[in-house]
Amino acid sequence: MAEISLVEVSKRFGAVEAVLGLSLSIADGEFVVLLGPTGAGKTTTLRLIAGLERPDKGSVIIRGRDVTREVPAERDVAFVFQQYSLYPHLTVYDNLAFPLRSPARRMDESFIRRRVQQVAELLHIEQKLGNRATALSGGEMQRVAIGRALVREPAVYLMDEPLSSLDAKLRAELRLELKRIQRELGTTIIYVTHDQIEAMTMADRIGVMSKGILIQLDTPRGIYERPKSAYVATRLGNPSINLIPAKLLANGSVPAQAQTIGLRTEHIRIFAADRSGTRARVHWVEHLGDQNHVHLKLDTHSLVTLADPAQKLTAGDEVTLEFAEPLYFDQAGNRIPTDGVHA
Amino acid sequence: MAEIRVETVTKTFGTFTAVKGVNFTVDNGSFFVILGPSGCGKTTTLRMIAGLELPTSGRILLDGEDVTALPASARDIAFVFQLFALYPHMNVRQNIGFPLRCQNYPRSEIDKAVLEAARLLQIDQLLDRRVGGLSGGDRQRVALGRAIVRRPKAFLMDEPLGALDSEFRKLMCSELRELHDRIHATSVYITHDQLEAMAMADRIAVMNGGLIEQIGSPQEIYDRPKSMFVADFIGAPPMSFLGVRTALQRGDRVIRIDGASVDMPELFEDRAEGRFMLGVRPENVSFADSSGLRGRVIGAEYLGTTQIVTVITASGQIKARLPAASPVQVGETVGLKLRPDTLSLFDSSSGQALSSARHAGGHNG
Repeated sequence: MAEISLVEVSKRFGAVEAVLGLSLSIADGEFVVLLGPTGAGKTTTLRLIAGLERPDKGSVIIRGRDVTREVPAERDVAFVFQQYSLYPHLTVYDNLAFPLRSPARRMDESFIRRRVQQVAELLHIEQKLGNRATALSGGEMQRVAIGRALVREPAVYLMDEPLSSLDAKLRAELRLELKRIQRELGTTIIYVTHDQIEAMTMADRIGVMSKGILIQLDTPRGIYERPKSAYVATRLGNPSINLIPAKLLANGSVPAQAQTIGLRTEHIRIFAADRSGTRARVHWVEHLGDQNHVHLKLDTHSLVTLADPAQKLTAGDEVTLEFAEPLYFDQAGNRIPTDGVHA
Repeated sequence: MAEIRVETVTKTFGTFTAVKGVNFTVDNGSFFVILGPSGCGKTTTLRMIAGLELPTSGRILLDGEDVTALPASARDIAFVFQLFALYPHMNVRQNIGFPLRCQNYPRSEIDKAVLEAARLLQIDQLLDRRVGGLSGGDRQRVALGRAIVRRPKAFLMDEPLGALDSEFRKLMCSELRELHDRIHATSVYITHDQLEAMAMADRIAVMNGGLIEQIGSPQEIYDRPKSMFVADFIGAPPMSFLGVRTALQRGDRVIRIDGASVDMPELFEDRAEGRFMLGVRPENVSFADSSGLRGRVIGAEYLGTTQIVTVITASGQIKARLPAASPVQVGETVGLKLRPDTLSLFDSSSGQALSSARHAGGHNG
């Protein structure tokens, strides 16, 4: 059964359509990531589910119950915000215990102690339980904020960029931990981010949003390999997909209605110039440590692809390119299914 | 234009020493990044260069002149905090010209300097617009314009892109670097984001616990980390380490791990038996059935073009960056091949790299 459903939900702020006719169904135990740039409507969607905003149209259903008219406290959800909102005068323990001590819940202190201990261990902050919340590092504070949501067992956890204020290393660690915790506990999470790595590594399904519209909802692999449009294709992949005019590669394999060709690293093979094929020139090789990007000039267009460490390329080299099963997009930007990639 | 020299600078706050005898030189016209986790002393170091903190000991030289005791206003330096602080009631021209108006420059000179700064940032067509209606990128460019309009000797930037989303941050990184290439102003940039550091810096100083762990070009720091701290701080995912207890001899090219022989760069020093860590970056790990070094796959993170596969061996956890198309089963046992010439060996207790064909000079250089 679906844990959360949104049915044709719309929300407008003044002249801005923040969310437009959004329908979405999320299963029990599923980790869904809403991905999109600032202003795409992802945070509004989360707030609509939480009850922090009321939709203009449509309904929100949690565990089969229409909660559209209910206030946040009546809905069975826990929200983790981007800024860790801890009580500075309380210890880590009391911050974690706080949601369980709410008069609406009235839980036994020995149960609370067990639950807090359990969550603290899960998040590796059990050493810090006696500390004041203000005596923690940023990463620890965010763990406590996540922990405060985890002590409860709501129908769904709503998380709004919970890792974005952390440094890269900590972000990578917490990403893995969050996914592990979600798997172990079988929790349902709706997670909002603009970070494609977070989306790809944690999500069971990614919802790509733009201008209030949910454009595509699919597994990470589905979104990456079979994007609905050129816009979706640019959301995932590093380096980003290269979009070049189809006429540059006009040959038998390009579908007639194709306007744009989408080339990712895995679609591009680089050979020595003495082969027949599409000619290009190496513009420069950018060393980014783990990833070295080759910038190619094809006619007046730039292509960026990952360097193969075994292939020695230098700026100025003439090369021949071959393309294996690239993506094709029509005039409206929609992907044209081809046998190779249409599964 | 200026060279900045920081000589054995220490800063103590009460009983806490934030910066412990730090030494470095920022070459005239170069882009220098200080990289480290929060609390490593990087911001304190920057504030001392700016004149916002007084060192407890040591000297700071700007173009050879000792400025240690000079107040911030007497050092011709621009400090850029969060870039978004614009005056909303002023237009772009007034925002950029503001620092010059404060110093009572003549009108004609201000106009000229503002136009020049705007041209450098390619926002000269926006000069009469209100900042309220501008896109995020243009606002950021205006803020930058306000910093460069004074043409100071040096720019100091404290995590200026910290508040931006990752996509926009990447764009601003390349714009900042392009701007630097046009005006060649000596720049010191503070960040905890290794990608920003890798993308922009001529040289990076990695700081940890008030000390500089390593200074070098981005590639040098990535390829030849002098310590496990640096190896672990740089790279996403960072370097993986396999622990081994052994004695080592100058000239060794093979190390025994879990009964398997692993080729490595020629070692340049003798070591008595002790615990060492073999470091390998994810892109230098591949699967090979024939390899004696074996482990169990415990996870695979799909990244589109590539995937990061985590493998547990008897000596530690290794991450491998493999093509996304490689079939990987969680739970299966695999053989691991490590690219020999890329490996680093560290002393487990000191965390320092051993001297080898990969790390000539070792922990001293």
